[in-house]
Amino acid sequence: MSEVQYGDPAQMNALHDRAPGDQPAAPEEEKSSGVLIFTIGLFLAVILTATSFWVANTTLLWGPGIALGLAVLAIAQMGVHLVFFLHITTGPDNTNNVLALAFGILIVFLVVAGSLWIMGDLSNMMPSMSMPVR
Amino acid sequence: MNAIASDALRPELPLAVSEAGPAPKRIVVTYGFWVFILSDIVMFAALFATYAVLVHATAGGAAGSQLFNQVSVAVETGCLLLSSYTCGLMSLAINAKRHVATYAAAIATFVLGAAFLGLEIHEFADMIARGATPQSSAFLSAFFTLVGCHGLHVTVGLIWLAVMMAQVAAHDFTAAVTRRLLCFALFWHALDIIWICLFTFVYLMGVRP
Repeated sequence: MSEVQYGDPAQMNALHDRAPGDQPAAPEEEKSSGVLIFTIGLFLAVILTATSFWVANTTLLWGPGIALGLAVLAIAQMGVHLVFFLHITTGPDNTNNVLALAFGILIVFLVVAGSLWIMGDLSNMMPSMSMPVR
Repeated sequence: MNAIASDALRPELPLAVSEAGPAPKRIVVTYGFWVFILSDIVMFAALFATYAVLVHATAGGAAGSQLFNQVSVAVETGCLLLSSYTCGLMSLAINAKRHVATYAAAIATFVLGAAFLGLEIHEFADMIARGATPQSSAFLSAFFTLVGCHGLHVTVGLIWLAVMMAQVAAHDFTAAVTRRLLCFALFWHALDIIWICLFTFVYLMGVRP
């Protein structure tokens, strides 16, 4: 099968899901919209990164809540990267990409939460909790 | 191929998905690479879980709050974020088939990625010089494995980018080359997403005593 005909992403997106990372098919006159999307993403990412560094160093915030705040900021920034840099959207031409991503997130959650849960339980059952693991 | 041809003959009739035939190679290959990236992220999840379990197992040695340098981490973060941005601009230049813009964005991406890698190597060398070697505690073993694995990915990405620019110079923007460049962009953006987790959960949470 020749692949030369498939040079134009906009043509392919009419029938199939969009390739992950591909831009949404934009009208011809809007060539600058791609730059705008990436620039908005960069702007949001810089704000979120700067906030993370500020939150980690400030004394204004309630100490025990800082870890949770940092986690929320990190998840928000990952969302910004997925939407503005990888162009993963909820659109109908993106279903397969989103489903694969959802499955990946499920496995990541199981691996991280499961490991922490089991290993936390194990260290609670250790006779001498004050001894550091070597 | 038939689907496209018949679509051109009868533009008023939209094709059903069942008649559209297999997806173009660009979509199939990129989707496969997307699944690979997700599996790579699952591998990083295992390394993150290992690190989270072992982070307090310092064996009486230095903890993260004594070892991590936030300024260095902030500069590394800026380098990688900007290189992700220039990589996005490179994708736009590739879609528009603009050679000069593609090379310029690729050089910016490469320089920023190399700066990130240089800072990370410097940071590792500094830690090892202070006696915080991977062998000295379970915490440091997990740290060097996790952050080193990300650094290894960045190294592979830099080599890949150089190879792709040679391919653009040799073959121009053929379907195969643009497909590989799209996969590279996915890889590079994914590395930045993993770095978000690294600087948040390893460094920023680690510097707090």
